[in-house]
Amino acid sequence: MPRIGVFVCHCGTNIAATVDCGGVAEAARGFPGVVHATDFTYLCAEAGQRKIQDAIAEHRLNRVVVASCSPRMHEPTFRKAVAQAGLNPYLMEMANIREHCSWVHADRQVATAKATEIIRMVVAKVARNEPLTAKQVGLTKKLLVIGGGIAGIQAALDVANAGHQVTLVERTPTIGGKMAMLDKTFPTLDCSACILTPRMVELSQHPNIELRTYAEVLSVKGFVGNFEVEILQKARKVNHLTCTGCGTCWQKCPEKNVPSEFDVGMGRRTAIYIPFPQAVPNKPVIDTANCRYVRHLAAKERGEKLMECRVCEKLCPTKSIDWEQKDEIIVDRFGAIIVANGYDTFDHSVYGEYGYGKYPDVITGLQLERLMNASGPTKGEVVRPSDGKHPHSVVFLACVGSRDDKVGRPYCSKICCMYTAKHALMLKEHDPNIQTYVFYIDIRAAGRGYEEFVRRVQEEYGSTYIRGRVSWIYPQDGKLMIKGEDTLLGRPVEVEADLVVLATGITAAKGAVDLMQTIGISYDTYGFINEMHPKLRPVETNTDGVYLAGCASGPKDIPDSVSQASAAAVKVCGLFSQDYLTTDPMTSVVDQMKCVGCFLCEEVCPFRAVERETLRGGKVVARINESVCKGCGLCVAACRGEALNLKGFTDQQLLAQVTALLRA
Amino acid sequence: MSTYAYYPGCSLHGTAKEYDRSARLVCQALGLELREVEDWNCCGASSAHMVSRWLALSLPARNLQLVEKMGLETMTVPCAACYARLKDVSCELKDPEVRDKIGRVLGGQVTGRVTVEPLVGTLTTQEILDKAAGMIKKPLAGLKVATYYGCLLTRPPKVAQFDVPENPQSMDRLLRVLGSEVVEWYFKTECCGASLPVARTDIVLDLSRKLLTAAKKAGAEAIVTACPMCHSNLDSRQGEIRGRYGDDFKMPIFFFTELLGLALGYPARELLIANHLTDALSLLQGRGLA
Amino acid sequence: MSVLKFASTDQPGRNGLLALVKAKTGQDVLACYQCGKCSAGCPLSSAMDLAPHQVLRAVQLGQRDLVFQSSAIWLCVTCQTCYTRCPQEVDLPRVMDALRSQALQEKIRPAERTVKVFHDVFLGLVERFGRLYEVGLIGGYNLLARQPLASADLGLPMLTRGKLELIPRRVKDQEQIKAIFKRAAELELEEITGQSVAAAPPASVPS
Repeated sequence: MPRIGVFVCHCGTNIAATVDCGGVAEAARGFPGVVHATDFTYLCAEAGQRKIQDAIAEHRLNRVVVASCSPRMHEPTFRKAVAQAGLNPYLMEMANIREHCSWVHADRQVATAKATEIIRMVVAKVARNEPLTAKQVGLTKKLLVIGGGIAGIQAALDVANAGHQVTLVERTPTIGGKMAMLDKTFPTLDCSACILTPRMVELSQHPNIELRTYAEVLSVKGFVGNFEVEILQKARKVNHLTCTGCGTCWQKCPEKNVPSEFDVGMGRRTAIYIPFPQAVPNKPVIDTANCRYVRHLAAKERGEKLMECRVCEKLCPTKSIDWEQKDEIIVDRFGAIIVANGYDTFDHSVYGEYGYGKYPDVITGLQLERLMNASGPTKGEVVRPSDGKHPHSVVFLACVGSRDDKVGRPYCSKICCMYTAKHALMLKEHDPNIQTYVFYIDIRAAGRGYEEFVRRVQEEYGSTYIRGRVSWIYPQDGKLMIKGEDTLLGRPVEVEADLVVLATGITAAKGAVDLMQTIGISYDTYGFINEMHPKLRPVETNTDGVYLAGCASGPKDIPDSVSQASAAAVKVCGLFSQDYLTTDPMTSVVDQMKCVGCFLCEEVCPFRAVERETLRGGKVVARINESVCKGCGLCVAACRGEALNLKGFTDQQLLAQVTALLRA
Repeated sequence: MSTYAYYPGCSLHGTAKEYDRSARLVCQALGLELREVEDWNCCGASSAHMVSRWLALSLPARNLQLVEKMGLETMTVPCAACYARLKDVSCELKDPEVRDKIGRVLGGQVTGRVTVEPLVGTLTTQEILDKAAGMIKKPLAGLKVATYYGCLLTRPPKVAQFDVPENPQSMDRLLRVLGSEVVEWYFKTECCGASLPVARTDIVLDLSRKLLTAAKKAGAEAIVTACPMCHSNLDSRQGEIRGRYGDDFKMPIFFFTELLGLALGYPARELLIANHLTDALSLLQGRGLA
Repeated sequence: MSVLKFASTDQPGRNGLLALVKAKTGQDVLACYQCGKCSAGCPLSSAMDLAPHQVLRAVQLGQRDLVFQSSAIWLCVTCQTCYTRCPQEVDLPRVMDALRSQALQEKIRPAERTVKVFHDVFLGLVERFGRLYEVGLIGGYNLLARQPLASADLGLPMLTRGKLELIPRRVKDQEQIKAIFKRAAELELEEITGQSVAAAPPASVPS
């Protein structure tokens, strides 16, 4: 027999001002199964909790209803309180008479009546509650980091330094990401490579880190603590175990005209290559699309003739060229995943008014970084791509592919104001006679020392900032004409430029959406990961055990990315500090007698908690993996045969609530 | 008895005679000896700096030079505009290069050792306030006044070095001591149009009207000022404002020295209050102050 | 509306307007970040063709004509509100002074002729008498500004209240006053012709 206690909270005046709490408690005494009912000013306070615990002992209560606020805040509080009094925590139910009642009504009489009905329903439900027990599962204390930019590097190092195993998967042949491509960093003007490459080397030599470059995540199964991941290791055609990275192959490769991804097309590379001199690993891969030997083989298959090459193979002192090497799939288990897949820059070729990406002397900020870099394609000389001449007048356009709804990018890219200011300053350092013009909408320099930096660029370096978006760029007599407006003076502006630099904004990394779907995490319309909570849980995704860092969740600068990486690392270390994970027992269960094996549940489950089980008779039925199930109830609603039920929210419980309301 | 070099400036010998008269009377009563700068010249006012920096510096510098010759340390200046020019040059003279150039223009060196202060500063020190409090013969009996400091007494603060530029208090303190009720208002240092009344009367009428409107809304029966230019713009233009905008303010405009003089027992006649273009005597008579 | 044009061959500092202002005032106009607080507080901005921040903007962009032909430089009464409140501490009244005197040197027709006439008459009287002669100021202005009746309605009440001195008062040392005018003008010219621009004074020195 249920012996139910009802406790009505005043929540100060939050509830008591509109609900007659004493009257409600009085009414509750008459509900079926209720043996005790009372009211109190603050039940969540220690005195309030003790009142509940004392009543459990005194009245031998076996069910408790706390009529107060939304369970979102205090359900754990009261579950813990009743557990301390020896009751199964799932035999406590909350009746929300604040958000659902007192806060939204003004009439005291009506609110009191409604509060009474809410409690009547919950009493009916709690009478049918069953004790539930949380389960424990083990976990694999190994982290998977996806992405080898500065965020991924930092996260991997932090977790590895805490003593855990880490595998870092990077799509390109080297780690370093975009930061490796930068010449200097704002606002301190640190040499980007100088501060980054030591981290890259540390990572590659770390005993706890397994580095997998030229690799991609193919699939993710499982759940927090127990992910099973398939990783595609792309064939490098070079045996990295024997290769010493001596460089003979890439120096001698005759195919020297492949546009360099690392130099954003400003320079060329060979077919067997390392992306840049400090690449990690410092061993080459063969780009099969451009390798003359591979193309020779393909031609031969088509019955055509093409010259054989194999210069690298002939010259390699350690015989490390391996034409037979194939793509390989590695399966591994991880307890947590950090997604740090970075970003790409906006493709400005959609802007016809800026030349559809066709004018050679209209380049992007990232391209300028490569031109300014001493190890870049021009050895640090800033020249016009069209004729190799030094520019004298350089115009910068901010917000290209940012704050522009027409191209589907209404958001601010956060870093362009700062990197443009840095470029304007660096150009002056390269050549004091250069004139720079920066067209901007607003200057967004929110960061330590950022605003001061932008001021310095204007005041000390004399860069001419013009507030207004450029309308049109057109070539004229070997120069580029820029038509803009100085909105401060309200007058049109025309600048004749030798070089135009577009501050292209940040977009989600290529293939980001596919990756999010592979992992099973939520993302926004731009392909950025949605955080679990934008304020309070910024490095967690909506899937337990999957964290994020850097531009994966939207535009960020280096310090923000690194901070997030360390934050995500702490989350992982917190997870790995446990030997078992406790799972919420309020999960779905399948009545396998009723299940017809339609698997509609599998289709609707957002967490991949539905598994297939073959019964002895050969019948295939659904089974819920309780460690993965979040208790959302979608499967229960979808099941046509009523084979599914949600523990804590069974059909019987819910129907009892409805019935109680209708009978009242 | 403290002795001050006194620089009346051109207005106080003309349109603002009542300021000169009342200033001399109250200083005498409070034991401050004023010695008029011998053979003083116009400070250049609002015109010299419009066309020539060196003229704008040298004209007031000559007056400082004269004070140095008189052997006095401190010069007190009733006119806010003259004060601004004299104080500006006294700051500039700290730069040896500027000092040399000014010396060249003047045809003789000037050291810049003379301290320049506004008369409203000289007459609102705690010592003077205490002294005045003990000498009041006719308290101002709750006369509701708005204190108006204008632009140049307090701005720019680096040069003016007097009170504060937003919501100054010196005159307020003095007037409270005299028994006035000082109304709270927010236009104490808003510009009245300064030197534009002759060339762009329209602008001055507009700006002065804004000030008069605000003072009236704040409940003031009169405005108190320490600047002959402000006084002139507010006092003498009320007829034109009525003609153009229809607002009939009838708002008496006092120099702070006039009210101080009244409280110390000088009759309005002697203080030349009848000189105002906007009638001020009726208000005073109504309160038994004239 | 005139287009602001920048050729690819432009040199840093452009046509020297920034440097000129810097030399005359010690003010770095590039420090202005165009927040507009000066214009927001300026009692005259509604009457100006260029708002105060736009005057600085035009200086930043080297727009000489725009600046020198503006009414703004003549309507500014140097009330100091802008400078007092400027977050970047740009002494705009001083920049205005410099732009005005430069415009005069370059013989540019003032956009506010009457304002210029007023100051001419004022200084003419000071040069002649050493002090301002108010009756002479009104009379002289009315004559030159071709506004014979300006302020006439104020004349009689002022006269009857003894506010007007009919006879000018003079400084005894007339020679020194005349010499001051002469030598100040020479010094001004010397600076503008660039002979001693480098030795130009810095901004007003706080004590």
